[in-house]
This record gives sequence, C-alpha cells and structure tokens, in this order.
Amino acid sequence: MSTLTDPPNENFRLSMLINDTRYRSLTFQVIAAIVLALCIWYLGNNLIQNLRAAGLNISYTFLGDPSGYDINQRLVEYDSQSSHAKAALVGLLNTLLVAFLACITATVFGVVAGVLRLSNNWLVSKLMAVYVEIFRNIPVLIWIIIIFTIMTAVLPGPAAFRGDNATSSMLFDAFAFTNRGIYTPMPWFENGIFASTAMNWLLVLAGFAASWFAAHQINVWANTKQEATGVRPKTTAMILAAWLVPFLALMLIMGLTWEYPELKGFNFSGGIKVGGPLIALWFALSIYTGAFIAENVRAGIQAVSKGQTEAASALGLRPRRVMNLVVLPQALRVIIPPLISNFLNITKNSSLAIAVGYADITATLGGITLNQTGRAIECVLLLMLFYLTASLTISMVMNVYNASVKLKER
Amino acid sequence: MSDTHAHSIAFVRDTEIPPSPPPAGETGVVKWLRENLFSNAVNSALTIASLLVIYILLSKTLPWLLNGVWTTNSLAECREVLQGKTGACFSVLTERWNQLLYGFKYPSDQYWRPNLALVLLLFAIAPVLFFDLPRKLLAFTAVYPFLAFWLIWGGTILAPIVALVGFAAGAFVFQTYGKSSFAVGFFGAIAAAFAVWILGGWLIPEGASENAMLKAVPSRDLGGFMLNLMLGVTCVSLSLPLGIALALGRQSDMPLIKWMCVVFIEFVRGVPLITLLFVASVMLAYFFPPESTVDLFLRVVIMITMFSAAYIAEVIRGGLAALPKGQYEAADSLGLDYPQAMRLIILPQALKISIPGIVNVAVGLFKDTTLVSVISMFDLVGMIRGPILASTEWNGVYWELLGFAALLFFVVCYGISQYSQWLERRLATDHR
Repeated sequence: MSTLTDPPNENFRLSMLINDTRYRSLTFQVIAAIVLALCIWYLGNNLIQNLRAAGLNISYTFLGDPSGYDINQRLVEYDSQSSHAKAALVGLLNTLLVAFLACITATVFGVVAGVLRLSNNWLVSKLMAVYVEIFRNIPVLIWIIIIFTIMTAVLPGPAAFRGDNATSSMLFDAFAFTNRGIYTPMPWFENGIFASTAMNWLLVLAGFAASWFAAHQINVWANTKQEATGVRPKTTAMILAAWLVPFLALMLIMGLTWEYPELKGFNFSGGIKVGGPLIALWFALSIYTGAFIAENVRAGIQAVSKGQTEAASALGLRPRRVMNLVVLPQALRVIIPPLISNFLNITKNSSLAIAVGYADITATLGGITLNQTGRAIECVLLLMLFYLTASLTISMVMNVYNASVKLKER
Repeated sequence: MSDTHAHSIAFVRDTEIPPSPPPAGETGVVKWLRENLFSNAVNSALTIASLLVIYILLSKTLPWLLNGVWTTNSLAECREVLQGKTGACFSVLTERWNQLLYGFKYPSDQYWRPNLALVLLLFAIAPVLFFDLPRKLLAFTAVYPFLAFWLIWGGTILAPIVALVGFAAGAFVFQTYGKSSFAVGFFGAIAAAFAVWILGGWLIPEGASENAMLKAVPSRDLGGFMLNLMLGVTCVSLSLPLGIALALGRQSDMPLIKWMCVVFIEFVRGVPLITLLFVASVMLAYFFPPESTVDLFLRVVIMITMFSAAYIAEVIRGGLAALPKGQYEAADSLGLDYPQAMRLIILPQALKISIPGIVNVAVGLFKDTTLVSVISMFDLVGMIRGPILASTEWNGVYWELLGFAALLFFVVCYGISQYSQWLERRLATDHR
C-alpha cells in the first residue's frame, strides 16, 4: 500500500509565473493585455496628434449636410439636396438590391452547371468543366469590366432604334437593349386598391403568403388523411389553385397593365430601365459566383453515397421521393454552408460596383461622400460597420441552419 | 448415354468458331458517341445544343483571333490594315508590352532587374513547392526576399543586408537558446534582431541610396502585372505565419488571447477587401507617427496580409479541428511542451489537411490583387483602364487588352490549382 503524500507546501516564487502551468497562462494573458493596451495607446495617440495637426476632428454631423450629387439608380426618393445620410441609404439599398438579384441568379447558374457537370453526356460535362475553370480562375473585377464593356461599347445607342431603316430593333416590341441600359415593360395597376404602388405590390406579396399558407395546410390535411386511411388524396390541382387563384384574382381586380418602353426624342421612356452598371455587376457576380456554387453542388451530390439511392429504391420509393426524402436532405447538408458563404462573398464583392460606377454604398458613402467631405475615418468606419452587420447577420442565419440540419448523434 | 446420341447427330464441331466482330453500333467511335452523346432524347438535345454553343463561340472568336494584326502603332492603323474585316488588333499588346508588365513609370533601362527577380523567384520557390529537391536550396529561399527587394527597389545594398543580418542574428539566438526554453529563445531572438537593425540604421550613411550600384526606384513607380505578382507573392508568404499564429491563438485556452484572435478574424472576414484598401489609402496614414511617411505599397501590403491571414487562419483552424483528439493527448503524454507538440506533431498534420484550402485562399488573394486598381495603383487592370485605354492611339481596344489580362490570370491561377492537386496526391500517405 502506498499512500499519497501531499506535495510540499511551497511558497509562491516569482519563477512559478513562467514555469508553473497554473500561473503561466495568467502571465501570458497579462503580457498580451499590456501589449494590446500599449498598441491601442500608441495608435490612438498617433491618431490624435495627426488629426490635431490636420485641424480635423471625429464628428458625424456631416451626414446631415446636403450631399450635392445625383444618383441615377435609386430605389427611394433622392435628389442632390438630400443629406449625405440619405445618399448612404440609397447606396445601402442598391447594395442589397444587387446582392439579392445576384444571389438568386448565381444559385440558378450554379445548380444548373453543377448538375450538368455530373451529366453522363461527355460534351456537356466537359463544357461545364471549362465554364467552371475559366470563371473561377479569372478575377471578378475583370469579369465586371468585360460585361460592362459589352453593355457600353457593343450594344447600340438609342438612336440606332429610330427611323424606318433602323439598325436595331426591340425584342418583341417590349425589350430594348441599348448602351444606356436595358428597358423592359413595367407592370402597373390601373385601379389599385391602395393609392401608392408600393402598397399594391405589398398586397400581392401578402397574397403569395396566403397562397403559401393554404398550400401548406392542404399538405398537412393530405398527410393526416394518408395516415388515417392509407390513401393519399390527390392534391396537385388544389395546390395549383391555391397558388394561382389569389394571384389571378388580385391581378384582375386591380387591373394589371404593362407599360411598354417607347423611343421618345433621344432616349427611351416608360417601362423599367435597368442601368448598364447594375447589369454588369449583377451578371458578372452571378456567373463568377455561379462557377463556385457549381463546384459545391457537384461535391454535395457526390457526397451522397450510391448505396443511399439504392437502399431507398429497394424500399420501394419512387425516383421523385428518393430525390426528395433521401438524396436532397443529405446533399443539402453539404451544399448549404458553402452556398451561404458564397452569398456572403457576393455581398462583399458587390463593393466592386465602384469600378463601373454603380451607386452602391461603397461608391456613395465610401466614394463621393468621402471625397467631398474629406471625412475619411468616419466614412470608412460606417462602411465597415454596414458590411460587418450584413456578414454577421448572414453567418448567424447560417449557424442556426447548421444547427438545425446537423446529424443528431447520441 | 453417349451411344444413343452418337448416331443421331450428323455433325459435331470439334473446333471453336472464331469470335465474330461485334455489331457496327457496338464498337469504336460509334459506340462511344452513342453511349456518351446520344444515349437518349434529352442527351441528344443537350449534345446538339452544346455543339451549337461551341460553334457560335468559335465562329465569333476564331476569325477575330486568326486575322489579328500584330505590328501597327495605333488602332487607326489597325483598321486600315484590316479594311473592314473582323480581326483583333493585338498590336496594342506588342506596343504596350512593357507598360502592361512593368507599369508606365518603371525606368525602361532597368527592366532586367524585375526580370531577374522573377527568374530567381522560380529558383527560390522551387524547394518550397517540390520537397524532393535538396533541402540545402532553402538557404537561397531565405536570402531571396532581401535580394528581390534590392533588385526591384534598388538603392543601397546595405539596407537589405542589415535586415538579413538582423534575421540571421535572431535565428542564431533562437537556435542557441530555443532548445532549452522556447520563450527565452523566442523573445531573445526578437531582441537580437531589433538590436542589429537599430545598430545597422546608424551605420548606413545618409544618402547612401543616391549613388548606389542600382538606381533607386520609388514604390509608386511599380506597376503592371509585376505589381500583381509582387503583391500576391509577398502577401501570401507573409500571411502564412500570421495565419498559423491566429489559428493557434483561436484554439488557445487563454480567454483573452482567444478573443483577440476571434475578434480580429471575424472583423477582417466580415468586411470586403475594398474597404480595407480604403483604410490603406486614406485612413492608415493617421495611425502612423506624425512626420513618418509609409508609402502606399507598404500600407496595401499590410492590409492585404491582414486580410488573407484571417482567411488562412480559418482554413488552418479547420485542419486543426479535423485532427483526432488522440494526437493532442499523445503529444502531451510524450511529455512534449506546447511549442514542441505543435511543431512536431500537430501542425505538420494540420497543415497537410489544409493545403487545398490554403491554395484556394492564395489563388483568391492573387485574383484580389487586381482591386488595388480601385485605389489608383496601376496594376495590370489599372494600366489597361487608365493610361492605355485613355490614350488616343488605343482608345477602344477593349477585347485584346481584357482578354490578355484574363489569360495571364487564368494561366497563373490554373497552374497553382493544378499544383495543389498534385501536392494533395503526393502527400496522401494514408492507405485507401
């Protein structure tokens, strides 16, 4: 029998700070804190001295001053008398607009290319491999410039559409591709329920939400019935009706009409004008990020082992249900996290708008406002704050999603 | 049994028939075409659509490429030579070749210096990339940064020598004392290096750069593809150690150090590179001591290095997390302390797992070096959009220039990713 004796009761010695693991981490952290504090003090001190020397101070009052510049592409009311804060808001909405559009189209491109790359058609899969390699290996800035050049240097000016022997013509008499942007028909309501257009569109959105809810209820009802009786009622027509009827009814009641763009004077008027910079940015971000998403989709589908599909078929599931119940849930677990970080990249890469003159938040707040007011520190800090908020929000959503699809292990 | 049939069968073949050739549809090209391109209606439609796409692309680009003009001095002359035919005006590449590669301010009689630096770069980087080469070549890799700095920027050779001696002194101190205690060796090395640099700073005579062997070239005169390459190589090599340190810091049990690393990484990853470049161009100068002038190139290098270090740290954290816990415990039970465990057990395995990710970050970073054109540095894209397209001779030559830039980046980035795939296969020591 051996007995454990207590370690000799040592007194604290200074060398224990570095040699004893109990105190060592504390020592290192104190050193790190001191170094950090010294760095902050040094940088802050330099900043104060430099600002004093330049006769500047840190203040955000410039945001309330009139901006004095115009923005072509805007989603809210804005003119050159509006404040810098309003200009920043216009830019912020423009960033969100292009990021939202590009996320949708990039996903479409990526999923199509990723699935086609796995096709057993040799030519198609090679073509998609070439697409992915070319777009992944060339900087997105070059793509943005290339597409912007197509928009401005290759497409005809509005003048080419005029006259009896015009060199260019509108597609279906509805779409005009000019070097000033693309003009498309604009839907509007003849006798809307609300006075403002935005409220009418919100109503349409509400209609879609109601449709979604109704379709969901129909599915729930079908599931209960199937569990009770073993027979699943036919729901296809009902779900179709749930989606279409409210929408069509709203369109009929409010009198949906299309306003077509027309050549008036030197330019087109009417319809929706989508400016060249927006198109360039949107399309370039979509095809560039689409190549990355294609690789994620391919990896995700390949990650589901063939045994899973075979097992599901052996259980007697039909191909559609095999896809919905077995393959997709497992593939999505692999695809979604990198997909969301690609969305994050789109949002951050949309700051390249400044290269083609699209008025996103980097171009308004970080570009013109910064140059006009000379408030570099404030503008850059606000800019970073915006992107940081956007990124952290998206990654928070991603973490919640990841937690919900994680393999539940015991 | 055998007798009953012996007389009922008129003929019995006693040799095997030679195999007949497979049907025409089951051999060679026809079979391959049928299986890979026309296996069913959808596939056939896809094949025809792809052929159509390829035809349209080639019919537009081939005449343009083949009719290219290489020897004129302006776009107007190009148009005269072509006389209305489609054709590229590649003469912009030959005429502005030096501007595209070196920028428009680098002294033209000194072009051999960046060229030599590039060639030496290949020698310096070879032992890092291909570790079958003798390890002694790494000595040249260690000297290379100082040599390259001297070649490209010129000026007095004393400055890079002092810097090199400082590092050598640090390495010597670490070799001598780092064996017994990592901390003593580490901090002693830093102290020794600084001591050498401060001493050396006094020794370099004032105005040594004016009559040096190589003419001094200021950073703002660098440009073209050379600038992209320099930024890419410098920032990737600087951000690797920083990224490893950040990743280890993020894994640390010390809350303060962990949170410092987490805040840094998440902050940098949350903002676009452009905002960091804005910081470099308009804001960073406020944080340096007054009267000091830190040139834009160095400020941009600092910010891009921080940017890529955060991404590399996340990649390496993934590698560290992928290691089984047993590896850490085994290192502990062998009695290794933290630096030894990391250096000998953990990092070699974690870095191996992270190679594809690190290469992805490196490729992304190299592509992102084009963004410096936004803060008015004249890299390849900046040269094309600025001085070349704005000149009267070449106003309107978009596709040749943009295509050239795209091709250069494609070749480099595709090459790097192919290397990474080779390395992955080479390092796959596990049995499958």
